[in-house]
Amino acid sequence: MSVTATAIQITIDGRPVEVAAGSTILEACRSIGEDQPTLCYLENLTPVNVCRVCVVEVEGSRTLVPSCSRLVEDGMAVATDSVRVRHSRKMVLEFLASSTDLTTADPVVAEWMDHYEADPDRYGPAAPPSDDRDSRATGHHHVSDGLAAETVYQPAKIDNTLYMRDYSKCILCYKCVEACGADAQNTFAIAIAGRGFDARVSTEFDEPLTNSACVYCGNCIGVCPTGALMFRSEYELRRADLWHEEDQTVTTTICSYCGVGCNLELHVQDNRIVKVTSPLDHSVTDGHLCIKGRFGYEYVQELGDLATTPIDIVLAEARTK
Amino acid sequence: MEVPATASERDAVDGLLGPPESGWDGAQRTARDGRVSFGGFHMAAAQRDLLLPALHAVQSEVGWISRGALDYVCKRLGVPPAEAFGVASFYALLSTEERPPRVAHVCDDVCCRPHGATEIVAALEAAFGPAGTVVDGATWHPSPCLGQCDRAPAVFMQLAGEADAVLTRTNGEAVVAMLRGESVVVDGQPATVVGDLLLGRMGTIDPTSVESHVANKGYEALRRALEMGSAAVVAEVKASNIRGRGGAAFPAGIKWEAVANAPEETRYIICNADESEPGTFKDRVLMEGDPFLLIESMTIAGYAVGAQRGYLYIRGEYPAATALLQSAIEQARTGGYLGPDILGSGFDFDIEVRRGGGAYICGEETALMNSIEGLRGEPRNKPPFPTQHGLFGKPTVINNVETLMNVPTIVVEGGEAFARIGTERSAGTKLFCVSGAVATPGVYEVEMGTTLGELIDRAGGAVGDLQAILLGGAAGAFVGTDMLDLPLTFEDSSARDVSLGSGVVMLFNESADFPDLLRRVAAFFRDESCGQCVPCRVGTVRQEELLARHLTSGRPLDRALLGEIEEVMKDASICGLGHTAAIAIRSAIDIGLLETV
Repeated sequence: MSVTATAIQITIDGRPVEVAAGSTILEACRSIGEDQPTLCYLENLTPVNVCRVCVVEVEGSRTLVPSCSRLVEDGMAVATDSVRVRHSRKMVLEFLASSTDLTTADPVVAEWMDHYEADPDRYGPAAPPSDDRDSRATGHHHVSDGLAAETVYQPAKIDNTLYMRDYSKCILCYKCVEACGADAQNTFAIAIAGRGFDARVSTEFDEPLTNSACVYCGNCIGVCPTGALMFRSEYELRRADLWHEEDQTVTTTICSYCGVGCNLELHVQDNRIVKVTSPLDHSVTDGHLCIKGRFGYEYVQELGDLATTPIDIVLAEARTK
Repeated sequence: MEVPATASERDAVDGLLGPPESGWDGAQRTARDGRVSFGGFHMAAAQRDLLLPALHAVQSEVGWISRGALDYVCKRLGVPPAEAFGVASFYALLSTEERPPRVAHVCDDVCCRPHGATEIVAALEAAFGPAGTVVDGATWHPSPCLGQCDRAPAVFMQLAGEADAVLTRTNGEAVVAMLRGESVVVDGQPATVVGDLLLGRMGTIDPTSVESHVANKGYEALRRALEMGSAAVVAEVKASNIRGRGGAAFPAGIKWEAVANAPEETRYIICNADESEPGTFKDRVLMEGDPFLLIESMTIAGYAVGAQRGYLYIRGEYPAATALLQSAIEQARTGGYLGPDILGSGFDFDIEVRRGGGAYICGEETALMNSIEGLRGEPRNKPPFPTQHGLFGKPTVINNVETLMNVPTIVVEGGEAFARIGTERSAGTKLFCVSGAVATPGVYEVEMGTTLGELIDRAGGAVGDLQAILLGGAAGAFVGTDMLDLPLTFEDSSARDVSLGSGVVMLFNESADFPDLLRRVAAFFRDESCGQCVPCRVGTVRQEELLARHLTSGRPLDRALLGEIEEVMKDASICGLGHTAAIAIRSAIDIGLLETV
């Protein structure tokens, strides 16, 4: 027996579109090749619709609606490029770029900023990093003179050899929390803590990961859109100005540890594995891996660990292999 | 790495949850625990809603939530510590940093600020140092509006191991004395309460006695409702045309009908008593003066829509109302007015009181539901609406205190009779919280359609030279004296681009420091944003900075940029907090209140 989803008629920017009932507006847009910008949305996670960069205008709706999660309804008229939509997208991008370090974000973000003419500098010079973001009192804040634009800049957290967390780059998209939680790993080592501008991703009482429930699956890194969460190898290479994505090759293979059959994408630079990912659309992993698939590759190359061995020694060794 | 809880922390949690049963949920491990497992995921899921009450229990007893206490709560309830920390750190009344046993939360919001709060803050700074300084087991913090504007200035005292207290019409000397552990006479004087329909019984009934309620026509409406049948009650509420009194003005009958017709049989009633809109205190006055009527109203609502359980979510800064309501519920149970087979009708219904933790956002209906469920008080995206997917995912009616308390009248007098009061589109009377530069601050009940000027006259008129009125709360707007002829109805206010909101009418005279007040409003929204969506999380910060930049450095105010920020918050935020976070400031600038600078 086959069940055919009811077809629904909507219009997107005046174009009639037919999609299956239960589709989101974003899916409808994508079905006609009109992709929308998204930051907190990912195919393998439950939409949280918090970044608001995907908002669209729906006729009859008082406010804009998030296209990533709003389901289509028959007769819906959607505008993806109206004045209101362009304004909100521009402002969301400005708000993020003026408060967060987006230097390692997906390059498409810079393209959107150009497209929507976002100008983050108009809020004033960026406020310097602070070291108290994990201990601010909820519901209180330091009253500023308004001359600098508040940021989330803070020291990076490096507490283990596998990955690091640089929350200066965190846009609070909730993806890592979802991947650590019920959407993938069910480990619940991290959650959103605090409130308002001081809301942040945290373990309980900001304990180091080594004291937390973290199992180092690295699925949080896999979903992070800004590079706030990063392999130690990538972080160390970037710090030494030796990260060259254009020179990297990506080789797909199957993890050799157990019989599940997870696809691995090995990112290789200078004959050395520097990062491991899995395709989002892989039927076995949905993009998620375990600690062995994600980090257990050293036996392939037997090089010094970037987190513990000076970088020139590691690279010299890699080149001679 | 687990940290053990102290004996008093464990006792606080066990006092709420009962003793643990095995090594799996916090008791001493025995050999048997190695062979048997309990509950698992379903047990944990079923108890998650006890997280906030358990955190409150520790906070009240010990004064803060330590790592050990959090771990113990997590073990008892099967909640991951990171998530419990995320919840604990969401609320301003819960502290995850060590805090002394006596803490004064000094309201320095828009009403208390010009009415004594500044002097209290100065006295505390002199005696203790800047906010947060700990001296001899005590400290103080500024606080957003405490809902005592009729008795300003107000201070909320969190006292570990003792009942919390509210000081009203207080002064620096009294607050310093209380922080030093000396006993202080707490001003128990009731607010001025003027009105006939909802407020008619105020002062004549004893809020601590069910007998007094019954002797004053109490439970007549419930008996009547049980005779009429649930469908007839919903029909009367629909016919009454009553619209919500919490701020959104949504027709209550539509919500009730949707839930009554829902396909699912588990349904909930929620009374939203998280009254936190700056300038609002009417629900507190109702709950403190007539708690049994609210319990009766919720019971009628439960019967009408076929709910089995009601939750009364009250803001954490209302200890007196909380105690009265808890006692009222106990007495109603004993009297057969709550619990199984109410008044022999076969209808089973009970009510649970839940305390908020100091978060304005939890007055937003879906944030409130998440808060009850033991999640962070972040609003949900709508649709789906609570009538379809509400508390615990079930169809839910959520109404404000004042809205619900109109129900007994509607049931007894009939919906049509109610609809004849007020205007065609704004039925009934409405409570207004009149405060600030006014002769007699208090709660005033007027028929819808009364003008703003007439209302102010009833409160004895303005004190001094009236400059502006904050109408509808911090989420409302500042209006000038040209608005005194505004008939107080939903339709007239929306036609003139203002909102009645939660009924705030706060007066300011020539002594008001408007730039300072506007910075306080901007700070309020920044502090109270849940932080979930970008427009509100960052927009409220940028708004405050723009205002501060202008006021501290004398640079011209970038009104165009303020307008752009307002627009994105209004258009793209998830909930009403972001939608309204710029209105008061913009309205004040529009009517020239910043021009004195």
